[in-house]
This record gives sequence, C-alpha cells and structure tokens, in this order.
Amino acid sequence: MSKKQIIPKKTPMPEQPPAERIKNYDEVPYGYTREQAMAEAKRCIECGRPLCVDGCPVNINIPAFLKLTAAGDFRGAINLVKETNALPAVSGRVCPQEEQCEAKCVLSKRYESVAIGRLERFVADWEASQGSPPLPDLPPPTGKKVAVVGSGPAGITVAADLVKMGHHVTIFEALHEPGGVLVYGIPEFRLPKAIVSREVEYVCRLGARLVKDFVVGAAETVDELLERYDAVFLGTGAGLPWFLNVAGENLNGVYSANEYLTRANLMKAYRFPEYDTPIVRGRRVATIGGGNVAMDSARTALRLGAEESIIVYRRSREEMPARKEEIHHAEQEGIRFELLTSPVAFHGDSNGWVKEIECIRNELGEPDASGRRRPVPIKDSNFRIPVDVVVLAIGQSPNPLIAKTTPDLKTGKDGVVIVDNETMKTSKKGVFAGGDVATGGATVILAMGQGKKAAKAIDEYLKTGQW
Amino acid sequence: MEPSKQERHSKDPVEPGPVTVLGREPLAPNMQLLTVQAPVVASKIQPGQFVIVRADEYGERVPLTIVDWDREKGAVSCVFMQVGTSTYKLGKLKAGDVLPTFVGPLGKPLELDRWGTVVVAGGCYGIGSIYPIARALKEKGNRVISLIEGRSKFLLYWLDRLEAVSDRVLVSTRDRSMGNSVDGPNAVKDLLASGERIDRVIAIGCTFMMYLMAEATRPFAVKTIVSLNPIMIDGTGMCGACRVSVAGETKFACVDGPDFDGHQVDWDLLLARRKAYLGPETDSGER
Repeated sequence: MSKKQIIPKKTPMPEQPPAERIKNYDEVPYGYTREQAMAEAKRCIECGRPLCVDGCPVNINIPAFLKLTAAGDFRGAINLVKETNALPAVSGRVCPQEEQCEAKCVLSKRYESVAIGRLERFVADWEASQGSPPLPDLPPPTGKKVAVVGSGPAGITVAADLVKMGHHVTIFEALHEPGGVLVYGIPEFRLPKAIVSREVEYVCRLGARLVKDFVVGAAETVDELLERYDAVFLGTGAGLPWFLNVAGENLNGVYSANEYLTRANLMKAYRFPEYDTPIVRGRRVATIGGGNVAMDSARTALRLGAEESIIVYRRSREEMPARKEEIHHAEQEGIRFELLTSPVAFHGDSNGWVKEIECIRNELGEPDASGRRRPVPIKDSNFRIPVDVVVLAIGQSPNPLIAKTTPDLKTGKDGVVIVDNETMKTSKKGVFAGGDVATGGATVILAMGQGKKAAKAIDEYLKTGQW
Repeated sequence: MEPSKQERHSKDPVEPGPVTVLGREPLAPNMQLLTVQAPVVASKIQPGQFVIVRADEYGERVPLTIVDWDREKGAVSCVFMQVGTSTYKLGKLKAGDVLPTFVGPLGKPLELDRWGTVVVAGGCYGIGSIYPIARALKEKGNRVISLIEGRSKFLLYWLDRLEAVSDRVLVSTRDRSMGNSVDGPNAVKDLLASGERIDRVIAIGCTFMMYLMAEATRPFAVKTIVSLNPIMIDGTGMCGACRVSVAGETKFACVDGPDFDGHQVDWDLLLARRKAYLGPETDSGER
C-alpha cells in the first residue's frame, strides 16, 4: 500500500468564464501552469496495480509519465506519452477520460481521479512551447510506398509510424485542409486548429507527402492506387450524416451537424463576411442529439449569436453519450436541455424556412442493444418548440464513395469496412482500414490506436508480402 | 504475375499539383469561361461531372460545371455566371493565378447511350454544360438536337461549337431577337406537338428552366434528365446541404447526382433551398 498522502480533489484548470467565452471562439480551458501540473501529477499515489493503463485504448504508461511530470521532467514525460500516442495535444483535449483512464484510477473510488487528460494536454502543450520538436533519426528508405487515404487522427497516426519505419507515405485528403474531423468537426473553442496543423506539419517534416483536394473513389479508385502503391490504408472516417426521415426535414434552416460544423469550422463562417461562406445565425437554435457533436453544435450556435440554444435528446441525462466536461460546459453556458424528447416533424413557414419542431415526450423502457434504456414515446404528449435553426446531430456512418468503387472491399452494417481487429486488414489484399470507417463512429483515441496497429501490420506485410 | 517494382513506379499517372489558370474570357455579359491546368481532373472527367473551386483562401467552395477538357494537355474549362461574391472573385482570375482548390471529378457521370433522337437543352451556364454532352451523344450515334435559350441574342454563346456536334441547333430568346420560340420548354413543346419523335431530353440551366422543361415534357412522357444545382459544400456526400427529394426519397445531388429524372424531382423544395443564403450573399457582396 502506498504511503502517499491523498489529496481528494483535482487541481482545478482555469478557464474562460461562461459569459465571456460564449462571445468568442477561443479555447475554453487555459490549461495548467507548470506548478499546477506538477501539483496535480503528485496526486498519483503510485498504486501497486495501475489500472489506468488498461483503461487507455493505446496503453500509455500513465504512472511513469505522471512521475516524470511531478518531478518537472516534462521532456521525459512527453517522450514517454508519444511512444504510444502520436497526438497527445489532441487526445488530452477530446478523449472521454472519465470513461477510460480516469475511470480506472484507484482514487476515483472515493475521491476525484488524477486529472490524467489535463496532464497529457499539459505536457503536449509544453513541448509545443519549446519550438519545433527535433526529428528522430529515420531508418534507410525501404523503397515501399503506402497510400494513406484521409488525414484525420487514424491517417496521421499511420503516416507518422510508417515514415518512421522508412516507408514512403502519401496522404490523400479530399478537403482543402488536412485533419479530417479534427478540422471540419471539432470547433476551435474545444480544439484549436493550430494544434492540428502543427501535428500534420510534423508528419510532413518527417517526410510524408500530403495531397489535398484529392477524392479517392473519384479522382482515383483504390484499385488504381494499388497499381502504384504497395499498400493502402483507409482512414476515411464516418462522414455520411444521418437524418431522422421525418416530415419537414429538408426545410431551410435544418442542418446536418456535419454541414453546420463544416460551415463554422472548416469554412470559418463564424468570421463571415471576412470569409465568404455564410451560416444561418438563428435566434433560437435546437440541436437534436446528446453526443459530443450535439454539444459542439449547440455551443457553436451560442457563439454565432443565438439567444437560446436548446439540446433535444430522446433519453435522459444518464444516457447522454457526450463527454462529461462537454455537458458541463454546455450547461454553464446556459444551454437548455429538453430531455426525454424526440422530434416527430418540422413545420415551416410559407417561404420554406423551419419555424417549429413538433416533439413527443418519452419515458425510459427496457435497455436496448446499446445497453442504454430505450426511449418509449408517451401517447398524446406532442408539443412544439419555436425555432429558426435546427441541427441534426444524431450520428453518422462511413462515406460510401470508396466502398462503392471498390467491389471486393467487404462492408457491414451502415457501410462500416470490415477489418481484422488485430491487424486492421480488410477483405482486400493490400488494403487496411482503421478509425471511424472501421468502427462506424467512435473516438479520436480509438482511431489513433487502430492507426498504430495498422502501421505495425502494414510494415509486416511490406516486409514479408504475406497477407 | 505481379508487375515488378520498377514497372509499378513507372506507371505513375498524372501527379496532383497546383492548379493554374490558363485563361479566362467573357462569353456573354456576366458569363465567363475559365480554363485551368488540372491534369488529375482532365484525365478522369466524364460528361455530367463537376468540380468544386475556391477562388482564394477566404472563398466558398463553389460547384462548377465542366464544359470542355483536353486529356493530353491536362486542361479543363468551366463556365460560370457572376452572381455573388465567390463568382465575382472567380471573374477576377487571370492566367498564371493558382487556385487554392480545384477538386474533382465529382458526381456521377451522365448516363450515355444510343437512344435515337436526344434534345439537349441549355440555358445560362448550361449552354456550355451541354456542349460535351451533345458531343458524347453524337459519338454514341444519336441524332442530337441542341436547344439553347436566353433572354436575348446577346446572352447566347457557343452556337458554332454546338453546331459542330449537333444535327440541329434551335435557339429561343425571350425578346425574339433570335429564333422562333420564347424559351427552351416552349421550343420542346412545339417540337413534340409537331409530331417530332424525341426519345430523351437532357436539360441544364437555372432551376426554374429545368423545372419548366420537365413540365413541358411530362404530358408527352418523354424521359427528361435534369442536372440539379443545389447549394453544396464538400461535394463528397459529407454535409447533406445539397439534399433534394426525388421520387419521394432524399438524395444528395453531389454523390447520387447531379443528374436526376426531372419528372420525379420535388421542384418546390429545390427552389426554396436554392434561396437559403440570398440575404447573407447580398451582405457579403456589399462589404
């Protein structure tokens, strides 16, 4: 048993006050200072069986990195983290730590867990503050070429690892900015874009080639890529937005979260008319859904000037899939939650603009396949919410463009590419996949974890030729 | 046997690189022809497909129809009408400028076959769009009637080019400065009423023109394909901005289209969705 003194609560992380931050797009938490980080890292009691490591999808050696941080050896700490996690500045901000490492922390049984996520963010930001990281020595080129399709978290991870193994890597990105969901989806106030470009730049400095504005499946098929590349990795994410299929869904003012966030983030509509892409700045905005994307959309609406931003979610707060911190931040910012509520129709004005959502109240029934209690509509409980913008954040699945143009690539439910979970091999020789395209929509850290596995298996395949 | 390493690497096709403007010229008032060096697009483009373009780093992603290409030289031409901020910026481009984004080919190629007599109708930017379609249909062995419309004679262009790939070219002008009918839909109605056999109509132009064309052919049950032009962002099926309702089903024009059966399109919805950003577009232009 450890003899360390227990400090029950996390060191608070300073952040922008809610009334101020809803008027800007700047990041909400400021991050720890050196002193705060060292104090927080010292809260680790160095328990005998550190389960936090098991809770981490990429098994970062958390106790060791905390110990180095506590001692002020931030260089040592970040190097250790980066052994298994290519994007710590990202995962420190967007990982659902409360369900992963921090949930397993022994302190969390009676007190607050060590703030592992905040410390991961701290050491990553510390490294960035020291200027460009030195490049590692690279092995001699193997002469093997790999095409990485998509520059999101999975693609960046695979590319970085393969380049470090001496392979030639080309990353193909369909959009005009690299980063995938980190750029088009997650807002600046939660993940500053400078962090994403720094990570992409690092991979390019390592020697990967980035080709933007290139749609694999349209400009070239996977089969055509295989004529020029020895292996292909598909990290194309889950870019196909879902709709509810209820009446009035195509009215003006009804957005998919993908469209709403892409306009705001990638196209920088929040800076319109400096940037040319417009976005409807609703006075009353309702976001349908209870995940991180819903929180991002509802909070973006506030920053675009909404007087009221409402989350409409079909189950109760308990079942909300969003990170706790996002729900907490959304509440602090004054977002109203209409829980146990489902839209049944959208009603418009005579010009085709949405003006009301017709909803029905639910009660919770038996658990469904996801293990969460199923929402059951209460008869005759219909009511209407006046709105001028609606954002649908009810989920997404992989974009079918590649699957449609690659006949021998096996896909499952909702177009998810079927892979071997250990090697990330698809049904097609030479083609690997990982991240949301293989999971249907999970977390950034899982995408990076799969990217790591894929890089290893691709290296093996390139060396042996064995499929 | 698998190709050797050497063979593989020598097979590198067109290298993606910066897209440079080769030239820009006015075709008619507010109507511009832009030609760029874009080898990737040029190597793959098929009639009916489009590209997405950004004029500068602040620009919107604008879908543009492709009107011609040269696969050997890697050149691609588009026609656009100057209507708002983004197309105004495109209208300022000059030879040597580099476009930050020129991505494609996007959308499905237009279905091409030997149907018999095909009317290809174009208005506005669509006069350019129908040129490669008429050419391809002619190559397939169809009898091609190209039909172009405009408010007045001075708004028309490419008659000579269309004549070279069509069996007949018909012109309609609202002010009757040229041709015998006031618009394309009326011209098609006249043809059909006169007993002319038409096996298919392909119409490209403003939404209202395509709507009228679909209504003109509906009583005669002549299959009418329209190339829809809703607002788009990514052009790869990611945002859903371009959703249209066809035969009661929601489709994404960017990946399921842009070509659809005009008799099955929900035109009211499309017309309403086209107008979604009229206010902001005006604000953006006035800055």
